[in-house]
Amino acid sequence: MMEHESNVNPTLSKSTGLPRKRFYRARAHSNPLSDSHFPVPVAPSQFDYSSHYPQISNDSKKIEFADIGCGFGGLLISLSTLFPATLMIGMELRDKVTEYVKERILALRTGNPGQYQNISVVRTNSMKYIPNYFEKGQLKKMFFLFPDPHFKEKNHRRRVISPYLLDEYAYALAVGGIIYTITDVEELGEWMKSCLERHPLFEPLTVQELEDDPVVKLLSTATEEGQKVARNGGQTYQAVYRRRTGPIE
Amino acid sequence: MEDPNIDDGDQNRETEIAPALIAVHPAHQSVAVAVGSDLRVFNLQEGCAVTLGDSDDLDGKSSTNVHKDSIRAIRYGANNGTLFVSAGDDKLVKIWATTTWRCISTVVSEKKVSAVAISSDGLFVCFADKFGVVYVVDTQGISGEQGSTNEKGIPILSHYCSIITSLEFSPDGRFIISADRDFKIRVSVFPKNPLDGAHEIQSFCLGHTEFVSCLAFVFGQDYPQGLLISGSGDSTVRLWDFTCGALLDTCAVGTEAGYLETDGKEGECQPAVTDLCATKDGSLVAVALQSLPGIMLLSCDISARTLSVLKVVSISEDPFIPTSLGSDSLKQFLWMVMGVSSLQGSDLASLARVRVLSGFSKSNIATLEEHKASLLDDKDIPGRELVLQKLQGTLSIEKEVLSSAAEAVKTAMRNLLIKKHYPVEKREYRKRGRNDRKNKHR
Repeated sequence: MMEHESNVNPTLSKSTGLPRKRFYRARAHSNPLSDSHFPVPVAPSQFDYSSHYPQISNDSKKIEFADIGCGFGGLLISLSTLFPATLMIGMELRDKVTEYVKERILALRTGNPGQYQNISVVRTNSMKYIPNYFEKGQLKKMFFLFPDPHFKEKNHRRRVISPYLLDEYAYALAVGGIIYTITDVEELGEWMKSCLERHPLFEPLTVQELEDDPVVKLLSTATEEGQKVARNGGQTYQAVYRRRTGPIE
Repeated sequence: MEDPNIDDGDQNRETEIAPALIAVHPAHQSVAVAVGSDLRVFNLQEGCAVTLGDSDDLDGKSSTNVHKDSIRAIRYGANNGTLFVSAGDDKLVKIWATTTWRCISTVVSEKKVSAVAISSDGLFVCFADKFGVVYVVDTQGISGEQGSTNEKGIPILSHYCSIITSLEFSPDGRFIISADRDFKIRVSVFPKNPLDGAHEIQSFCLGHTEFVSCLAFVFGQDYPQGLLISGSGDSTVRLWDFTCGALLDTCAVGTEAGYLETDGKEGECQPAVTDLCATKDGSLVAVALQSLPGIMLLSCDISARTLSVLKVVSISEDPFIPTSLGSDSLKQFLWMVMGVSSLQGSDLASLARVRVLSGFSKSNIATLEEHKASLLDDKDIPGRELVLQKLQGTLSIEKEVLSSAAEAVKTAMRNLLIKKHYPVEKREYRKRGRNDRKNKHR
């Protein structure tokens, strides 16, 4: 039966059963400012967990990790086995890429029964709709890996890390939750770091904490973008900050 | 510029109209109406029209034309009404002293301004622009008599590229609440020093399924800090505990008014809520609905946390569809205005009609048939004909003009804020005309 299906569906690789990227060609960039016409849950309570995590029977369990701009989903898949008890979601604006990740997760679930049940993906504009998906303080970790650099100053407001959007990320993150950013663009790296440094609700992790965190190592190795940078011998710039309580007035 | 708002191309600038606005001094000292770029103020205490003194006019010449483009927001300071703010499409925020009606400060915005608010202590003026950024101005920095121009606001928070439709300070002054076109209401902590930004989000009030158009507060003994009510393009009025973002009740005012038909024509069957106005005790809420000739009155039971329709006061003999509502906290008058700027086929550049409902409080409304609460005739309203002469610009308005204004008003709000859906082929066609694509194809 499996054999037959993969014959019919040429987008799946015959050897691994995984979807093949070349059938999911997508543009590298997408305009986050344009009006969105895809469905968005009205409120976090209306997010359909059962369709995203059909094998997770515990209804009260909530998403704790969010990979913003998850791309082809490399990080999610690495994290899935590292934190098998944690629900995670990838958010991606480009619909073809989202389709690819969806197929990839389904194929992994089929190929590895019982595994990869804790990850899923949605097509959404996370710059607009974070509060529609997550309640206040719901998230433990947020990832922003190799985001679109938007070099032109005119387009800086399209950057996914910005002083104002950090307010919303701080809202979704629990106190103590961690925000991970990495890029191979030096200018953007400095920008993200300075945004986080200046924000009153975030504080940097110490060097020791960074070393002890197993997730930090994945930032540059797990994603497709990261591997590409490593192949080309490029440098990466990361900024990892913790959600703190507000300043006492 | 590769602006995402590709829908601008279609819109005929001529037909883009601004609904008229009304604001009433909290102690009923004066009333202000904005139509198009006109700002008209009437002093109710002395019964005379106010001449606005604009510090920009160095030759002392004054006119009502203090703004150069449509005014989109006007407001009195909540506590004692010593400040008044007007702002709009000319990207200017004018702060007025209501004692002298001189403009004490003109703040320059980078984008068109869509909403304004004054903090409950009167120390800060906030305004929101069409890109979703909220700015703060410290009024203490403004020196009394001579107004300073070219002052700038300091950005404190942002909705991500969504038009902010309404801006309010919570009654206790702890929060600033902003509503947007993307169905969201954001409640942010207003910090002690707001010039550093309002980074801490208290809650989001999520539940509307169309643009949020207006906000108001109701109070009660159980909720001294107040509850929030919001009106929306989804034809509902909702009641919220804004400190936690909990939706307490939804009142489908469109259905209640009998406008929700199932004939499938969406634009017609889902009238947007255009404005809200609550009595001081919060038990009564007046609702202006896009296509309702008259006003809907909701009863708010704060301890039971419910909203229900009390009655509809229809004003149909002359078609009157209010675009904006205002009331003072003293005299129990509900002031209503219907009007639009640059109405086509009319000699009047901008048309406004003002009506007043007296006895705007729950105990009176329950017995509307008795003479306590009623829609006042023009000769009976505070300030009588003089106030109408000033605010309407003219005493009598022809019925046909009024009818066509009513028609224009019907669609004004909706076209302003609703998300346009284009079929795929039309979308492709529109993309072709985009500036950033032209070069590549030629």
